Amino acid sequence: MGSNSSNMNHIPDGQQLLQDTGFSAAQIIRLYERFEFLDKDNTGHLRPEDLETVPDLDMNPIGARIIGAFFPPGKETLDFGSFVRILAHFLPADSNRTRAGAQQEPANSTTGKLRFAFQLYDQDRDGKISRDELLQVLRSMLGLQVTEEQLQCIAERAIQEADADKDDAISFDEFRKSLEKVDIDHKMSIRFLR
Amino acid sequence: VLFLTDPDIFSMTWLHFLSVSITVWLTLLFVFTIVPAVLGVSIGIRRLYLTTLLKIFEWATLRMEMEAKEKNQQLYKPYSSGIIVKEPPLSLQQGIQELRGSASCLHSEPEFEMADIFYFCRRGVESIVDDEVTKRFSAQELETWNLLTRSHYNFRHISLRLTVLWGLGVLIRYGILLPLRVTLAATGISLILVLTTLVGFLPSRELRFFLTEKVHVMCYRICVRSLTAMITYHNRENKPKNGGICVANHTTPIDVIILANDGCYSLIGQAHRGLLGMVQRAMVKSSPHIWFDRSEVKDRHLVAKRLSDHVADKTKQPILIFPEGTCINNTSVMMFKKGSFEIGCTVYPVAIKYDPLFGDAFWNSSKFGMVNYLLRMMSSWAIVCSVWYLPPMNREEGEDAVQFANRVKAAIAAQGGLVDLIWDGGLKRAKVKDAFKEEQQKLYSKVLVDTSR
Repeated sequence: MGSNSSNMNHIPDGQQLLQDTGFSAAQIIRLYERFEFLDKDNTGHLRPEDLETVPDLDMNPIGARIIGAFFPPGKETLDFGSFVRILAHFLPADSNRTRAGAQQEPANSTTGKLRFAFQLYDQDRDGKISRDELLQVLRSMLGLQVTEEQLQCIAERAIQEADADKDDAISFDEFRKSLEKVDIDHKMSIRFLR
Repeated sequence: VLFLTDPDIFSMTWLHFLSVSITVWLTLLFVFTIVPAVLGVSIGIRRLYLTTLLKIFEWATLRMEMEAKEKNQQLYKPYSSGIIVKEPPLSLQQGIQELRGSASCLHSEPEFEMADIFYFCRRGVESIVDDEVTKRFSAQELETWNLLTRSHYNFRHISLRLTVLWGLGVLIRYGILLPLRVTLAATGISLILVLTTLVGFLPSRELRFFLTEKVHVMCYRICVRSLTAMITYHNRENKPKNGGICVANHTTPIDVIILANDGCYSLIGQAHRGLLGMVQRAMVKSSPHIWFDRSEVKDRHLVAKRLSDHVADKTKQPILIFPEGTCINNTSVMMFKKGSFEIGCTVYPVAIKYDPLFGDAFWNSSKFGMVNYLLRMMSSWAIVCSVWYLPPMNREEGEDAVQFANRVKAAIAAQGGLVDLIWDGGLKRAKVKDAFKEEQQKLYSKVLVDTSR
């Protein structure tokens, strides 16, 4: 059973979210329903365990990292506003309405999406993907299917290709440059129904 | 007028009135429901009732939309098709190739691309927003409103007329229908207890069989009427026969009543205590059911042996089994446990599809206990469902139990218009096995190795 709201008054931050993100009112209502559905003990907040109940996410090799993106270190609970703002990264870039006085770059711009993906790699948030961090991601995605040497080899090649200033780590700009041929908007967008 | 002011006479009049109305009530009950149930005849009251209700629902929904438009409120329509556009699922390989296709370099050695993470990231976030499995464990949503606040529709006093109609509905459902149904159910259950015990005392085996069937069918018919269930049976020539097992998709414990209304089955399950235990013991006296103790349930060999012994005896009725193991919300069929398919006898598949418009039959066991659930069932408008008997299936040469189970499952899903899922219904309570994640990792590593193509 979800909220029975036909308008946004029952949704916390509803109007604010409408303005800040590119979601339509119907989409926000729908997301609120999903939020309430995942919030099994009705506290108004999500915890990592709530997201872990989704089988598809549980079997995703980087499932734990994605959950980590919703729960940055130090944050144990997720309220609806933060939930929507993170999901806003996945709106197609053309869904922004022109808003007067938009403060910052919208989350679903190419840079916004890149930044989200970058943070999946850069777990300690120091602005660089170190060799170790890259190895950790590779280990998640490949599990026990490749040997340690193969893993090192792959990581080495990836760093060599992307690392322009030879500091043995990949900065955000180097990350962006290595992906300039990829259609980021398409690959990091989810088509929400209107 | 004078006599009404005298308290004694007044209360006597009241009592008279009450007793008369109760007598009338019971007579009506007897004539219109119990007698037809015993004789196996249908007067057609239920059909009329349902057609009238349908008209009222449609009117109500139209009114709601009209009024919402007038007040310029955005009327939220439940998206029964989900939040996101469902694209045909690509395999992991295709997904990643597609991703890399936009970066046009080909290498001859295992190549990892930083962009690969987008594929997993997007799939992961999509599943947070909408996934195929978790939504099967809660009641499905309706397109039209059926005047029940419990069905997932926003109802915020949009119009006075609708509120009045809804209030009237509440009165009718809780004031008239519910007591009526509870009375019927009580009658049905006590009859089954009394009559099966009596029949169990008879010496002659043939007579016992003959009467058991009659008694069972009669009692189930009464129970069906107590739920105001409208059941349409299709392809009755394929009805399960002795010496086989009948498998069906599981939505609610009422499934048993729905199927037993049209035939005699042996039930299999755990031996309970209390009222249910009493009913179980009474049923065993006159026909062979299989009840397990809690400790025996874990012993798969014991279960399998008792099953095969039962089907080997051709005089015994077919066993009714629900291989999903748990209640699913009737939009999909989940993994069938292979235990019943290993025995090697004929399987009679049955598909059951409920129409949720008049009352959603799905039992969400994590939300409602049994009593609460029955109360909700008896205060809905009606339970409408279709039952299809599918042609019998046997395990083929070279097919193992799991493949056979999947074949039967696919047939049931196709007939009932349900989504065929490979997922285990046990995911309602447990987490996914690591094997699935390893599968994903394996597929991805293959992509890395094969990039030269």
